Amino acid sequence: MIGASKIKQYSNVLEKPLSKGKQEVSLSAFAFLFSELVQYNQTQVDNIAELERRLEDAGYAVGARCLELLCHREKCVMFMPFWLSQGNRRETRLLGILSFVHSTVWKVLFGKVADSLEKGTEHEDEYMISEKELLVNRFISIPKDMGTFNCGAFVAGIVRGVLDSAGFPAVVTAHFVPMEGQQRPRTTILIKFAEEVLRREARLG
Amino acid sequence: MAAIYNLYIINKSGGLIFYKDYGSAGRMDTNDSLRVASLWHSMHAISQQLSPVLGCAGIDLLEADNFDLHCFQSLTGTKFFVVCEPGTLHMENLLKYMYELYTDYVLKNPFYEMEMPIRCELFEISLSQAIQKDRVALLGR
Repeated sequence: MIGASKIKQYSNVLEKPLSKGKQEVSLSAFAFLFSELVQYNQTQVDNIAELERRLEDAGYAVGARCLELLCHREKCVMFMPFWLSQGNRRETRLLGILSFVHSTVWKVLFGKVADSLEKGTEHEDEYMISEKELLVNRFISIPKDMGTFNCGAFVAGIVRGVLDSAGFPAVVTAHFVPMEGQQRPRTTILIKFAEEVLRREARLG
Repeated sequence: MAAIYNLYIINKSGGLIFYKDYGSAGRMDTNDSLRVASLWHSMHAISQQLSPVLGCAGIDLLEADNFDLHCFQSLTGTKFFVVCEPGTLHMENLLKYMYELYTDYVLKNPFYEMEMPIRCELFEISLSQAIQKDRVALLGR
């Protein structure tokens, strides 16, 4: 055939190189899929705390894989044979990993960097990533009888997955923070690092 | 500026799932609104049979002395209708926009059960915003 290009066929899917990935995904498709995820988990649990935990666990799996993928992709962008000395280095500092989550992870997952990253005033080990409205919550209205339940628990799980896989174990939760003058409350992802992380950070100086 | 009296959404079996009134002219108590909804559902169905034109999908517009009633039926049988002052323009666009809001904030909400009354905060907020904007400038969609 004239003009037919030779596309290398891979016999084994594991041998195919990881693609750059689609830059855009349909928001509606994701919204429906996420809605089904929440509804499915609702049928499996008896109470709201359990539902929140399940969503967080689902997010944890996404977060762990996301970190691996991002590290791999950022390295490959270089296209240099000497990538052992070039390319990204593993984050070992607290602020480094937090800004990685706040900027890179958010950009890849939600198309924009998070609104703000703050250090908690009351406790040394608390940090907060805030967002005016989480993408996953865009079409969701929580009924009054569900209290403080937040589907952002999924995103909290993603953050926990990324931090845990990067070596910074933490407890991550999502909260609604009512804002003055705004109808809809802001969402805050609260990250509370484990003791060992703070000790290591202090040791590193 | 012509006024909207009230808005209804009825499910495919004729039950009222959403009702909103604006101003005292259109105010109705719950029982009356339920009656209007089922009445309209039946009339809409009967008109499809009575129509002399083949392939009629039902009543789109009902014009009376004191009000107009515009109706939009989705492919799934959910009907959106609005009762307004005679001669109000752009009601079809409003109904189509309401349908968009319904698919976004009601159908994508995991806590909404199909065919049940709509209790979604986001839907009500966006609808009020759309009606407000309609009062200021005509919807040119």
